[in-house]
Amino acid sequence: MSATTLSSPGPARDARVFAQLGAGRHRTNAIVEGLCIAATAVGLLFLASILFTLLYRGIGGLSLTVFTTATKAAGSNGGLLNAIVGSIVQTLLGAAIGTPIGLLVGTYLAEYAQRTALGNAVRFVSDILLSAPSILVGLFVYQIAVAPFGGFSGIAGCLALAVIVIPIVVRTTEDMLSLIPATLREAVIGLGAPKWKMIVLVCYRAAREGIATGILLAVARIAGETAPLLFTSLGNLGWGGLGGPMASLPVAIYQYAGSAYEDWVQLAWVGALLITFGVLAINIAARLLLRRSN
Amino acid sequence: MEPVQQAVTLSQSPPRTGTNADDAIFAAVVKAAGLFVLALLGAIIVVLFLGGLKSFQAFGVGFLWSDDWDPVQEIYGAAVPIFGTVVTAVLALLLAVPLAFGIAFYLTELAPKWLRRPVSTAVELLAAVPSIIYGMWGFFVVVPIMAQYVQPAVIDMIGELPLIGGLFQGPPFGTGILTAALILAVMIIPFIAATMRDVFETVPPVYKESAYGLGCTTWEVMRSIVIPYTRSSVVGGIMLGLGRALGETMAVTFVIGNTNRIATTLFGPGNTIASLVALEFPESQAWSLKLSSLLALGFILFVISFIVLAISRILLRPGLKK
Repeated sequence: MSATTLSSPGPARDARVFAQLGAGRHRTNAIVEGLCIAATAVGLLFLASILFTLLYRGIGGLSLTVFTTATKAAGSNGGLLNAIVGSIVQTLLGAAIGTPIGLLVGTYLAEYAQRTALGNAVRFVSDILLSAPSILVGLFVYQIAVAPFGGFSGIAGCLALAVIVIPIVVRTTEDMLSLIPATLREAVIGLGAPKWKMIVLVCYRAAREGIATGILLAVARIAGETAPLLFTSLGNLGWGGLGGPMASLPVAIYQYAGSAYEDWVQLAWVGALLITFGVLAINIAARLLLRRSN
Repeated sequence: MEPVQQAVTLSQSPPRTGTNADDAIFAAVVKAAGLFVLALLGAIIVVLFLGGLKSFQAFGVGFLWSDDWDPVQEIYGAAVPIFGTVVTAVLALLLAVPLAFGIAFYLTELAPKWLRRPVSTAVELLAAVPSIIYGMWGFFVVVPIMAQYVQPAVIDMIGELPLIGGLFQGPPFGTGILTAALILAVMIIPFIAATMRDVFETVPPVYKESAYGLGCTTWEVMRSIVIPYTRSSVVGGIMLGLGRALGETMAVTFVIGNTNRIATTLFGPGNTIASLVALEFPESQAWSLKLSSLLALGFILFVISFIVLAISRILLRPGLKK
């Protein structure tokens, strides 16, 4: 109090009035802050509830047979081997098809078309594709790669996943290439290197971790996609190659979770546990990679 | 780039044949990839439209507001799934936006430094959980809670009230429009929260510090400085969440009840475009009128999502990129 009186030449402040003036504002502030903490707690609670449910329901069914036997009729002690293999094959092939295209598009946007009308259009369309409903990608691929050829196929599933991969890789590639300092580019050009060498040998290398992060995130995203596969590779309760219907974990989960057989529902939970922790592990790995590069 | 190339020519470096050709080829390849993305979106639109053409021709514009879905008589209409799609997505937004705002506010202004990264990561991981997992979680965890506790209690408390009471009536099955909206809300919270957090962080610290210096509380800084500064981007983030909610398939299919009737209460069953397509597709013959109607629904969903996502992007871009 005394300090205040000394420093301010005006009339002395009455401590009680001063406290009351701010009281309402501080109360509002405390309430809002409390609500925000509560909102964050609720958000974290959802994640905890999902993870706990998966562990609680899934871990009991986790056994070696899940990984060593294919899906079988209900009651005959089947596993998920063909679904796991199908998922891995389709995810990797989908990423292998989509990544190069996404990489080139990202390069185009960052290096060739930063402020051109065509570049803006491509960027806009890629952003739309990034958030477009994945079920529509499934319908699209069904119309072009399933219906005309008279059958569901693993290849069609890979194509659908590739379409989802492209915009994710475009986004991260463009962002990461734009972060490379102009001085680095000028140094390379100054040495007489053509532009494509600058991009491929220097920029890609400098942005390596960031681009890898994008690819990992894309893999994590498509590993859990169900809707597009429903219309393309369909799912298969036995073994099937890329030419015919092909099993995948998400579709197997979908088919089993809604069934009336207890052992199938149990397998669905095991599958859900595997896919979720797989996807989350890839996500965390991607984040660690990005953090290390920074 | 022009001046650099000229300088190289002027300095009479040894003639390098092929360099320009290589460069031209590389430029053409990346440009072709860019054009491919444009063509991809165009192809999706055209393919869905052509697929639905048979249905559009059979039912005309009336397809949009007919509430029939009768596979036996082959009469199809889009009114019910369009209604369900819009209602669940908008309800999901109403539930998700306050929570997402709270999380973003907490992460940018309130949380202690050491807690920010783990909480941020946790919220982002919520976005990474596959949608089918949300479906199972919703069906096996949320639906029983809704059926046993929430819905009976709500029906008892406000089901009898005039005006709004009617929205909260009906048998408490646990599934239905509200449950679907709830699951959707949980799914889009991380998207909206992450976008809001990113745009809140673009506010120059000087503005906030000036307000703090005037004696503003944290909430006042948020309300009078941060939100006005980031308003359009915040709306963009919300639209992004809406775009996600509109097209969500697997999670909704598990919990919405799947009935082709316009629900009159929030606890009533319904369907959405995506859930109807996912459920009816396996029972449709190739090239049938039913499949064509499903593709027509897909086309309508695409148009709705396109508009929402386009608005979102226009609002977001200037905020996130200089």
